[in-house]
Amino acid sequence: MSGPVVAVRHATKRFDDVVAVDDVSFEVARGSTVALLGGNGAGKTTTIAMLLGLLLPTRGEIEIFGVDMIRHRYRVLPRMNFSSPYVDLPKRLTVAENLRVYGLLYGVRRLGARLREVAEALDIGALLKRRYGELSSGQKTRVTLAKALLNEPELLLLDEPTASLDPDTADWVRSYLERYRDRTGATLLLASHNMSEVERMCDQVLMMRAGRLVDRGTPQELLERYGRKNMEEVFIDIARERFAPAARAAGQGRK
Amino acid sequence: MKAVRTAAPRLGSLRRIGALVLRHLYLLRGSWPRVLELMYWPTVQMILWGFITIFLVGNSSWVAQASGVLISAVLLWDVLFRGQLGVSLVFLEELWSRNLGHLFVSPLRPWELVAALVTMSLIRTLIGVGGAALVAIPLFDYSIFDIGLPLIAFFVNLIVMGWSIGLLVSGLVLRHGLGAEGLAWFVVFALQPVTGVYYPIDILPVWLQKVAFFLPSSHVFTGMRAVLFEQVFRVDLLVTAVALNVVYLALGIVIFLYYFRVARIRGQLLHIGE
Repeated sequence: MSGPVVAVRHATKRFDDVVAVDDVSFEVARGSTVALLGGNGAGKTTTIAMLLGLLLPTRGEIEIFGVDMIRHRYRVLPRMNFSSPYVDLPKRLTVAENLRVYGLLYGVRRLGARLREVAEALDIGALLKRRYGELSSGQKTRVTLAKALLNEPELLLLDEPTASLDPDTADWVRSYLERYRDRTGATLLLASHNMSEVERMCDQVLMMRAGRLVDRGTPQELLERYGRKNMEEVFIDIARERFAPAARAAGQGRK
Repeated sequence: MKAVRTAAPRLGSLRRIGALVLRHLYLLRGSWPRVLELMYWPTVQMILWGFITIFLVGNSSWVAQASGVLISAVLLWDVLFRGQLGVSLVFLEELWSRNLGHLFVSPLRPWELVAALVTMSLIRTLIGVGGAALVAIPLFDYSIFDIGLPLIAFFVNLIVMGWSIGLLVSGLVLRHGLGAEGLAWFVVFALQPVTGVYYPIDILPVWLQKVAFFLPSSHVFTGMRAVLFEQVFRVDLLVTAVALNVVYLALGIVIFLYYFRVARIRGQLLHIGE
């Protein structure tokens, strides 16, 4: 299969009078790492929730691996996974219990061996017998990442994967994700507020503002288009509606 | 690219239902106060009504005819209550732990969640009410198990009715958020006076007797008294209770799945519990 892993066409999500996502279209190529950027309330989490099938779009189409996510999500859910510091695992269960439950939910074969493999890879072996609720933020992030990798997903959606982590742990997580992507050929789609992370990891950036997709390109293209030295300055330009001429010309910046 | 093998997607999976049941068994195993709590109220209620029975046996010809009627009533009522609570609380546990977002990006289907909820409700009810029933044997020299096979019919009808109410409550919580969680604790008690747990339905006003007819539980408790007082198993009552339960369980499932779909439209699966 050579088509895009993710294809979103004219996706719109309306909550009563509020348009959270407005006519968004994009594709994500197999094996790529794509960042979904934007300020608070830009529509990133809503977009990710629609990609995961947790939220039904008001209008538009979403295909994952060529399958209609709105009607047939159960065909593709075993091939994808999700990690977010804002969605907890059960706090009173131990790490091992949590991972076993999710391994069974994803139908992972040879689960015991896979648990040991993931625990070793993410360096959480010493945490397995501890309750999830007792862990530090960094430890929780590694455990939710372990949960997200149990089924070795071909598509991994990450909502702020390094939020609230110290620089050392954040760097460790980024390195691990890069190794995972390179080893498996997986596709990564991440929402992040950390611009250095985006520059380092992503080969495509989708910029959102007020529910619209206002610009896109590689980090290098965006830096050149906005005449900036780093993605943080690009982010601020877009957040303050100082769109690049190319984006204006394409009619994206005005929306 | 795939090195890790996963099971092929199917319409339903006992493994996924088992996974969710396991998640809640881990929770019970990890907290003995939770297990104690399951047996606490049924046992306290049974003891209270046991002593009331001892008093009434010498002072009431009605109770004297069947000394186990009040203890049986309190235990069977707890089957209904614990059955409902079992579904609602297990679902609330997922909300309190803000786990729905992870659960429903896994291949778990909503009906599998329903199957796991009712399985956990059965386990919790057997622990809670079963424990209290066993305590009654040495304490009051009364075994509800002496009712025999009809006890199975009573148990099944009451727990299924509890599941229907539990699913309705869970759906309402999904729709209206944790502000509605109190329903799990009190909604079933609105039915208790009309159900005729401790007295015959005949004493109710005629219009309330008509309401009672539509409750499977009222037929179960009338049937229980027929067994205890007259040693007769009323098949007509069983058939009516089963018919009503089929309708209510179907309604409970449909309402829960409807509210689940509404939650997917409103985006509550990711944020509920916050």
